[in-house]
Amino acid sequence: MINIFEVNETNKMIQQENLDVRTITLGISLLDCVDTDLKSLNRKIYDKIISLAGNLVAVGEEIEQEYGIPIVNKRISVTPIALVGAGACKSPEDFVTLAETLDAAAKKVGVNFIGGYSALVSKGMTAGDEMLIRSIPSALARTERVCSSVNVGSTKCGINMDAVRLLGNVILETAEMTKDSDSLGCAKLVVFCNAPDDNPFMAGAFHGVTEADAVINVGVSGPGVVKKALEKVRGKDFEELCETIKKTAFKITRVGQLVAQEASRRMNIPFGIIDLSLAPTPAVGDSVADILCEIGLEYAGAPGTTAALALLNDQVKKGGVMASSYVGGLSGAFIPVSEDQGMIDAVTAGALSLEKLEAMTCVCSVGLDMIAVPGDTPAASLSGIIADEMAIGMVNQKTTAVRLIPVIGKGVGENVEFGGLLGHAPIMPVNGFSCEKFVNRAGRIPAPIHSFKN
Amino acid sequence: MKKTIITVVGKDTVGIIAKVCTFLAENNINILDISQTIVDGFFNMMMVTDTSACEKGLGEISTELKALGDMIGVVIMCQHEDIFNKMHRI
Repeated sequence: MINIFEVNETNKMIQQENLDVRTITLGISLLDCVDTDLKSLNRKIYDKIISLAGNLVAVGEEIEQEYGIPIVNKRISVTPIALVGAGACKSPEDFVTLAETLDAAAKKVGVNFIGGYSALVSKGMTAGDEMLIRSIPSALARTERVCSSVNVGSTKCGINMDAVRLLGNVILETAEMTKDSDSLGCAKLVVFCNAPDDNPFMAGAFHGVTEADAVINVGVSGPGVVKKALEKVRGKDFEELCETIKKTAFKITRVGQLVAQEASRRMNIPFGIIDLSLAPTPAVGDSVADILCEIGLEYAGAPGTTAALALLNDQVKKGGVMASSYVGGLSGAFIPVSEDQGMIDAVTAGALSLEKLEAMTCVCSVGLDMIAVPGDTPAASLSGIIADEMAIGMVNQKTTAVRLIPVIGKGVGENVEFGGLLGHAPIMPVNGFSCEKFVNRAGRIPAPIHSFKN
Repeated sequence: MKKTIITVVGKDTVGIIAKVCTFLAENNINILDISQTIVDGFFNMMMVTDTSACEKGLGEISTELKALGDMIGVVIMCQHEDIFNKMHRI
């Protein structure tokens, strides 16, 4: 039988070390809502979300109470809207009505974000894809809870540079349209390479076309727990360090697995995957950067950071994989800047630059995340940064993403406050040399040689 | 049988167990096992209980126990045993 020390260990993780289940995300396919009439499409989307997700928040709260584990977010992801709306939408404005419908449905069922205002354009854009992408600034400015993502590249297809160029402008326009709230709209827009179909984390979640009609995916977190466990192995060798991370990741993921199974049983919707990610929040003691410091760095960004992060990411996966029957999503360590107090401190201290962050994305689970840059950064430079990050993902056969926030009216050294889980960030400098002629070339970058595995 | 783990942590004072047990008796909750220690002057108790005869749901019991804890000045948590089994047993 379970003993008092084990019970205390679990409860200490929850009460003092910020162990939580970060999100239960209900994936909903909207493919059966497709219609050529916009009004009827909007109505069908709204009805389907309400009927499937009506009790999502209540079930989440029930599990929270019974197991004593906080479930921070209950969210929804839907089929990429570019596919769903292609038949009915004749203009970007038509697509915005779909965003408003998603927003209304999210508010009705009480989830804080709904993801899937997305397009998958790694090789080319259809007319619908392009209209959706052009509608993103208005959609994000006019809605509160809708999240958008665009997949512009993959190891199999290469990088769609036309989409990358377009998105540089779309990001700037989104920033401009939401400038009254420190360009917050950009925090809800992610550009992906190799986007997974089953990611439960926002802002990049969407319900892939390879998925069933509805599915429950769960994202776990717990950087604070890993940090605390590592405090006990200070000065010990790498074997012991790795073993400790692995064991801790196992324990965290088991809780996620339990919550996922319970949610799936109670909602009568199949369980999809556990995303075993270390996702930081701005709360003190809930930081991935602090883990890197505990491993032995003065600040995140110091020499050795990429190696320490590679080790952390790998051990989290190794520990987590055994704890769940199905893992997926992004799984690993997230390194957002504004959402991680340790990262913010590192930037403020001058230890962490955009270039070092880029190097770190080669070994972390996602990419350049929640980074505030000056509002006068040219669109071409944003596209250049996206292209670099996509190339890392394409060549290394991993998911990479970019979520940059050019803060209109603010420059390097100033601070932005996004509030809540999105945190705050010092604005980081961008390399000022031009890449305009590179970005302005039309077409796509071909898939790398190692994609030909057939 | 639905096993529930109740933990009480806080500053040691007279009558903590009595008050918690009274609440459990009133709600028809059977105690299967109790262990208790004092760590650094802090009272630390764990009870394994059977709530299947109780009419209230686990969520409701949990909320009421939390309120009782606030009254005594200790932290009381009431959780389904599976969260511990999952985390500590393969």
